[in-house]
Amino acid sequence: MWEHFHHQADIGIRGVGDTLQKAFEEGAAALTAVICSPDKVQPKKAVQIHCEAEEKDLLFSDWINALIYEMDVRKMLFCRFDVHIQNHQLFATAWGETTNPDKHELAVEVKAATFMELKVFLNPQQQWVAQCVVDV
Amino acid sequence: MDRKLVKRRSDTTWLVERTGKMHVDGVIFGSEQLINDMDDMVVRQVQNVAGLPGIVEGSFAMPDAHWGYGFCIGGVAAFDPDAGGVVSAGGVGFDISCGVRTMHTRLKEDAFLPLRERLADALFRKIPAGVGSTGRVKLSMSRLDGVLSGGAMWAVENGFGDKDDLRFIETGGCADGADPSQVSEQAKKRQLEEMGTLGSGNHYLEIQKVVQVYDQEAAAAFGIEEGDIKISIHCGSRGLGHQIGTDFLKKMTVTAKMYAIELAERELACAPLNSPVGQSYLGAMRAGINCALANRQMLMHLVREVFEEIAPHGTIRLLYDVSHNTCQREQHTVGGKQKWVFVHRKGATRAWEPGRAELPAEYRKAGQPVLIGGTMGTASYILAGTAQSERLAFGSACHGAGRNMSRHAATQKWNGKEVVERLAHQGILIRSRSMRGIAEEAPGAYKDVSEVVEATHQAGLAKKVAKLVPLACVKG
Repeated sequence: MWEHFHHQADIGIRGVGDTLQKAFEEGAAALTAVICSPDKVQPKKAVQIHCEAEEKDLLFSDWINALIYEMDVRKMLFCRFDVHIQNHQLFATAWGETTNPDKHELAVEVKAATFMELKVFLNPQQQWVAQCVVDV
Repeated sequence: MDRKLVKRRSDTTWLVERTGKMHVDGVIFGSEQLINDMDDMVVRQVQNVAGLPGIVEGSFAMPDAHWGYGFCIGGVAAFDPDAGGVVSAGGVGFDISCGVRTMHTRLKEDAFLPLRERLADALFRKIPAGVGSTGRVKLSMSRLDGVLSGGAMWAVENGFGDKDDLRFIETGGCADGADPSQVSEQAKKRQLEEMGTLGSGNHYLEIQKVVQVYDQEAAAAFGIEEGDIKISIHCGSRGLGHQIGTDFLKKMTVTAKMYAIELAERELACAPLNSPVGQSYLGAMRAGINCALANRQMLMHLVREVFEEIAPHGTIRLLYDVSHNTCQREQHTVGGKQKWVFVHRKGATRAWEPGRAELPAEYRKAGQPVLIGGTMGTASYILAGTAQSERLAFGSACHGAGRNMSRHAATQKWNGKEVVERLAHQGILIRSRSMRGIAEEAPGAYKDVSEVVEATHQAGLAKKVAKLVPLACVKG
């Protein structure tokens, strides 16, 4: 599952899952939801993404920033994610389609993932949580 | 705010006393109401910035300050390179050189009103705005380097405007010391199709009417009269600036550790000004400033094209262009002596005092125009730097209203279509593809810009010159 959390000027994104991978995938869905409703996006095209970071929270930040980059240069939105994490490395496929203002009811573009509230942790229910505030 | 955190020094000046790891005092400017409404985090962030190496004189927050990343939004701080001073990517922000450009139209309200719908529609068609929009010009990597070196000067040399426009842009339209080779390939790729685009969120193009002049002399110098129609653009360095911010925030977390700089929060990541990463960031950040200046110049050119077609009796001339997310090398009085320091303004506008040689001759007596954007339903203001601006906070003033409600809360409270209808009823035409975006940007989601401007004026940071209200607004 994903959710947004409160920040005065911007938006917090949070992904929760039984595995670290799932939390990262849900966090990515939360990112798309800042821009538009993820269920309005169709998985027509796949993009490969690779990131590497020593710490889990920095890996999450890099993953979100990689998606922001791909969205910006490809003018795409993503709705489905398949993440694999191994030895500080993330390999992922993101599926989506070209941005269409008439179809996607776009709200706002995301500039970057920030370090604000950046955390990756196991919650008391033993689920992985990955979160940060994004600058819009 | 917990009032125990600050000590009142005057009606609009509040002291955050130097304690613990702070090298200097903190000073927050604002009315009692604004201070009461401010988040405690502003004080914490003012204190944290005061603890960075090489900070001089004080850690300041403007009346529109709110909780930011590392630095508060509305934060001003200067660092001495000879005293181990630092530069911080978070102290500039992700939208490098985000700023406001205001233009004259030579139209009065009576000449404008019959054309209002046509102009609003034509501007909406012409100005690329919103998520995923692309500009008319597609650049190659090498041509983009020209933009990053030349700024608005590049735009003028390439047919987007007049040479005289450059006189009315902060730093003459081009930031010295820009180094495109310090900008990552990723950052450049994000910009190839984004020159001449407005962006989304709180960025806008507005047609405005001057409803009140407070200072006749300064207004006359700036070419402002009641009833004038002006156009303002609020936007920044687009994808390129965002990526430079991302790249260097990460690099600076490593550099800070290398130089044993203790950070109260990770977003304060910084590098000594006299370090390779510090110098690299300055080169890249200045390239980002040039990108923003060229972008706003290209948008102005599009406005000119629209006016030539629809209102040929109007003429678009630049009043001023000033950024509010920068770090600039400036000479200031530090400890009673003149010194070159690097002033971070994160959501704060430079406000040069009268007499500065950097100002266009026409404005030199009045002081620098300070352009303050409001919301699409309230007002914007033009202020001018004062004789005491420099002494108070390195010649800085507020930058806008600042949000008082999250985007999510705004969408729960307002419906975009209803906001558009309500504003139309008030005589404000809104043109946007995104009704959710409009709900998120509803005027009620922002603080009262008039209160912020009044406090800025009372504090002496800048003086009020004119008030403008929106008549039409293009949003991303």
